[in-house]
Amino acid sequence: MAMSLGFHIVFAEIGIAMPLLMVLAEWRWRRTGDETYLKLAKRWAKGSAVLFAVGAVSGTVLSFELGLLWPRFMKFAGPIIGIPFSLEGFAFFTEAIFLGVYLYGWEKISARAHLASGVIVALSGAASAVFVVMVNAWMNTPTGITVVDGQITELDPIAGMLNPSTLQQVVHMLIAAYAATALAVAGLHAAILRRKGEVVFHRRAMMIALAVGVPAAILQPLSGDLSARVVAKWQPIKLAALEGHFETQAGAPLRIGGIPDANAMTTRYAIEIPRGLSLLAFHDPNAVVIGLKKFSRDYWPPLVPVHFAFQIMVGLGTIMALVGVWTAVTHFRRRDIVANRKLLLALAIITPFGFIATEAGWTVTEVGRQPWVVNGLVKTADAVTPMTGLFYPMLLFTLLYVGLTAIVVAVMRSIVSEPTA
Amino acid sequence: MSAFFASLGLPEVIAGLIVVALNAYVLTGGADFGGGVWDLLARGQNREEQRRHIADSLAPIWEANHVWLIVVVVMLFTAFPAAFQQIAIVLHIPLTIMLIGIVLRGSAFVFRSYGAWTKAARDRWSATFAVASVVTPVVLGISIGALATGDVGAAAERIEKGGVSFADGFVKPWLGVFPVATGLFALALFAFLAAVYLAYGAKTDDLREAFRKRALGAAVAVAVLAALALFTSYREAPRVAGGVTGSAWALPLHVLTAIAAIGAIVALVKRSYGAARVTAAAQVTFILWGWVLSQYPFVVPDTLTIRDSVAPRATLTLLFIGLAVGTLILAPALRYLYGIFAVQPEEVAGRNRGERRRKAKERTKS
Repeated sequence: MAMSLGFHIVFAEIGIAMPLLMVLAEWRWRRTGDETYLKLAKRWAKGSAVLFAVGAVSGTVLSFELGLLWPRFMKFAGPIIGIPFSLEGFAFFTEAIFLGVYLYGWEKISARAHLASGVIVALSGAASAVFVVMVNAWMNTPTGITVVDGQITELDPIAGMLNPSTLQQVVHMLIAAYAATALAVAGLHAAILRRKGEVVFHRRAMMIALAVGVPAAILQPLSGDLSARVVAKWQPIKLAALEGHFETQAGAPLRIGGIPDANAMTTRYAIEIPRGLSLLAFHDPNAVVIGLKKFSRDYWPPLVPVHFAFQIMVGLGTIMALVGVWTAVTHFRRRDIVANRKLLLALAIITPFGFIATEAGWTVTEVGRQPWVVNGLVKTADAVTPMTGLFYPMLLFTLLYVGLTAIVVAVMRSIVSEPTA
Repeated sequence: MSAFFASLGLPEVIAGLIVVALNAYVLTGGADFGGGVWDLLARGQNREEQRRHIADSLAPIWEANHVWLIVVVVMLFTAFPAAFQQIAIVLHIPLTIMLIGIVLRGSAFVFRSYGAWTKAARDRWSATFAVASVVTPVVLGISIGALATGDVGAAAERIEKGGVSFADGFVKPWLGVFPVATGLFALALFAFLAAVYLAYGAKTDDLREAFRKRALGAAVAVAVLAALALFTSYREAPRVAGGVTGSAWALPLHVLTAIAAIGAIVALVKRSYGAARVTAAAQVTFILWGWVLSQYPFVVPDTLTIRDSVAPRATLTLLFIGLAVGTLILAPALRYLYGIFAVQPEEVAGRNRGERRRKAKERTKS
């Protein structure tokens, strides 16, 4: 399941952001009449088609797998998370319909209708993400549900959808999708521009992608700050695990790097920034941050992976934001980005960073919640299917996904590197 | 009958809507699987043309068609979580195979269309697409058949008590003669639907004739497998047999199914493809509702009824509102999609029935 999701999340990200790039390219074409933009729109539409299809089938797998692997979780949570999932279903349906119209309707409908269907694809893709992330947010901070002796006594799906984590998680995920995808696209074209010199097609492609990716990458640390504060308030144990923070203290330091040791209850080799954590998590350098020791060890998430994943996410996100600032400064000083070989190199290097950061961030939110599947309500171990031999389907799906990923990469490469003339 | 209508409330309405979504999936997504079957079975001089026609017909709509299945699953776990739990536990293996089939079919189809492949690689994608199109409906049918026997519910209860062997809990409930017969029946039905649709949408007479013959062949397979499924149901799925043959609505539904089936064959023989399409779709619809009504009010026979497994009222109400609003958006969108890619009258040579008959006669003479 984790693996299916890990696979799906990247394809979903591309599926959210790619249609936006495609619509922007088509819009530029309609405005300027520059045929390069049309070629670009068609190229990106192809990419969207492949990724949407793979996203669609992997999404189907997920909707079943929820039940196949976690039947007891679904029996418990179905009535509440089913509502956002149903809405997601409709958003997804809309996306599928208008992607069909967009891809195969170039000659069949009016220019305006065609552009409009592209816009609908981009919007409904984003809406799907909103609804799905609502579910995840609910698993972190379940509201709208009252449980007495294992029985649900009160249920309010709307309160569940609007739980305390929803806003920050949705914002964080959407920005992540745009930043990761657009900077990856920009990076691919930057690499080609660096190798081949000026090619109008690749210049246009990179500039559109940067227009989406750079603002997103610069905004993401702000949204991350918001996320950290929500986690600090509602899931103190998760924050403590992210930071490898054992002692409850006022003016807690921010740790960069380091290895948390659960037995010795300390984090070694970290660079500590005094009062940093208190400042970031509560915007008050003297705030008290609860440490892991406050909680029974039975409720600690696995510390090492969570701490590392968090460092990776923050580190890569910071690099992306810095390269974003560099790009923006270059552009607004009216320098040509394509002429700046160092910047092109930096953009090419950070191509995969957004996706790696996404996987890390997903590890943070999911592993950081263990041992719970629904925070404080259902333990992961109690939710799993009673069927034995789960190793085999997992192995099978892993192989399938590894194979699919390889093929998707191959198809995308052939789409990106197709002759541009 | 009036007692039946008096028993209907919001849970039953939602259950009915799930079946409507399943019905839409079978009529659209099911036919897409059938298209894969005919890709696999493409024979004759124009076999590449047949394959192209199949691919062109599927490309713009298969993803939207496929979403119906997601809608069914999501509605099921939202509205009837307890039933979903039992189904997901016991049918883990066939549903997993189905998922793998869905992934392989969909991805092979787009990879084939979008990559720059050698002929050999393209053929491999085609083979993957076609084989997955055959396997997936069979396991879907097996799952439905297994559910209908009542073995799924019984196994789920035994698993809950503990001490059930792997084979008894997770294999035997679905690996029976009746589920497998149902699986093959589903495959034949989907292939039949696809052939009828493909004949209707064909742009040349050769293609149309090719798919017409295939549709007639599939109709025979449907009849044989229906008989087999009914025969095995007496022993393995008495509820289906009883419901399909004994209850108040059994006779009218039987009559309707038979009329539709005969109508479809007559229409095919007479080459009126529009009528064939409607009657074939009606036939499949009646069969589906026949099964559903035979197990009413059970969601999982014989353990969970609609009322046993239903979600809290707040969820149902919201789901219903969501469905209503969603339908208002989706219905025109779907019409738009199908409208754009529907066959244009001027594209079809000899759509006029008289002209078509004349042409067919000329062909038989020559």
